[in-house]
Amino acid sequence: MKILSTLLELDDGQACVAGFSVTTQPRQVRERIGLVGQYAAIDEILTGRQNLVLFGQLNHLSRRQAQLRADALLEQFALTNAGNMPASTFSGGMRRRLDLAASLIVSPEVLFVDEPTTGLDPAGRREVWAAIRSLVATGTTVLLTTQYLEEADQLAHRIAMLKEGRVIAEGTPDSLKARLRGDWLDIIVRPGVEIAAVVQLVQPVATGDIRIDTQMNQISIPVTDRTRAVVTVATTLSEAGIELEDFVLRRPTLDEVFLHLTAPAKSQDSLEVAS
Amino acid sequence: MNQTLLSSLRVTQTSSPLARFGWAIADAWIITRRDLMHWRLRPATVIMGWFFPVMIVLMFGLLFGGAIRVPNGGSYFEFLMPGMFTMTMLFGLEATMIAVTTDASKGVTDRFRSLPMSASAVVLGRCIADLLNSIVGLAIMVVVGLLLGWHWHAGMATALAAIGLLLLLRFALLWVGIFFGLRAKGPESVTSVQILVWPISFLSNAFVDPSTMPSWLGVIAQWNPFSATTSAIRQLFLNPGWQAGSWSAEHAVLLAIVWPVLLAAIFLPLSVRAYRRLNH
Repeated sequence: MKILSTLLELDDGQACVAGFSVTTQPRQVRERIGLVGQYAAIDEILTGRQNLVLFGQLNHLSRRQAQLRADALLEQFALTNAGNMPASTFSGGMRRRLDLAASLIVSPEVLFVDEPTTGLDPAGRREVWAAIRSLVATGTTVLLTTQYLEEADQLAHRIAMLKEGRVIAEGTPDSLKARLRGDWLDIIVRPGVEIAAVVQLVQPVATGDIRIDTQMNQISIPVTDRTRAVVTVATTLSEAGIELEDFVLRRPTLDEVFLHLTAPAKSQDSLEVAS
Repeated sequence: MNQTLLSSLRVTQTSSPLARFGWAIADAWIITRRDLMHWRLRPATVIMGWFFPVMIVLMFGLLFGGAIRVPNGGSYFEFLMPGMFTMTMLFGLEATMIAVTTDASKGVTDRFRSLPMSASAVVLGRCIADLLNSIVGLAIMVVVGLLLGWHWHAGMATALAAIGLLLLLRFALLWVGIFFGLRAKGPESVTSVQILVWPISFLSNAFVDPSTMPSWLGVIAQWNPFSATTSAIRQLFLNPGWQAGSWSAEHAVLLAIVWPVLLAAIFLPLSVRAYRRLNH
């Protein structure tokens, strides 16, 4: 990401952003990108508004244009009330929003966002997500890195999974999930119920290895024929007189896809997360 | 969250060299103004910086002044002030380093570097802001000196030349500060510089005669760039100084030009390089 935003020189190979080479046309690249780093890159002493005016002017807007733009961005990111307070008094979510706003002063063609919600509470995370979604809706390409795959699932149209610096999988969230061939039927049994006996009963519908979490009393069954699986398991357990706490049919999560892809070769077939 | 559409504001850049130069100056001034805004929003920090040397003057003048015999008699402040002016320039180094390190560690420098602004504007803006800061600090010191009985005894032009030499030293130190500020791992490493400033300034002719030091130490003190500037402005202000005798003392004005130029010639390119390669 640092290479693509021209902060770091490329060792080898080449890269293009918005049609311009990062090595030979860094200035043209910088005119078309926005960067949101891991740390909110804002001036803590200045107020939120002064920050936006400063970065606006450095983007070569006139003073008047920069002020108008700052006001519009403060409103868009719900910071109007805090706009005249020093950025050092902002909460984590507010800082990130201000940081994001500063990156959007001249609607970039490509926005780089590096782990934007690290260290934010759920409310702050939602605010940042909403901001990124509205940005994508206006036609900006966003390249976002994250450790939280749920975040990628929520925001991304295309995902590249990296391990040790190499892409191990690439595609839409749905296509990545499809790699696990099927969905999961999670059942949680009442405490005291013999889990092994239940596993025996539901084994016929499983299309892969059943995962057992003994602490949660949870049994996860990989299934492909969704409707038939639900009916079969429900009927079988009902006939056996086994009471359930919970019964959920769900798509695999990206976490599961990642773990599946990065699992050591020997245990790749039996991805057990037991106990 | 307000979902209003982002206005499709996009700036077209002219890229002729002349236009780029114009933008570099405009950008540098915006960076400078940002620092001036810091003065207004955090006045305590900048005022402390200005009055710290005043405190040192009072400490030395009033506590040690009585015990130190001034060459050729005369007021101790007449002797002390030129050294204190030089020290004020040296203290500016910390302010530069802190500002540069803070911006780098907070990612603000990276944001500047990802903007289509001129790269030289960031360092140039810092340079102008810090020189302005030092001019104010120096003006305060001159006024304090005058109040305490220091005077210059030469014409206005010579006195201004002395001020010029001081600011030349500050200009050179600025690049030293920017370089070490960019290379510093965090604000903590600035502390070591804050401590080093003291032996560097004491190992000069600002307070005592280098000829009274152990000979090897005396040589270092004589050739210290701060000694050169201190001697030179003593000569220009016609303030009392140590007996000349060494080559370095007799050519103080020349050295007070050569040293800063040499420091700037080394650290200016190093700073620009450190700025470009910040993420390496």
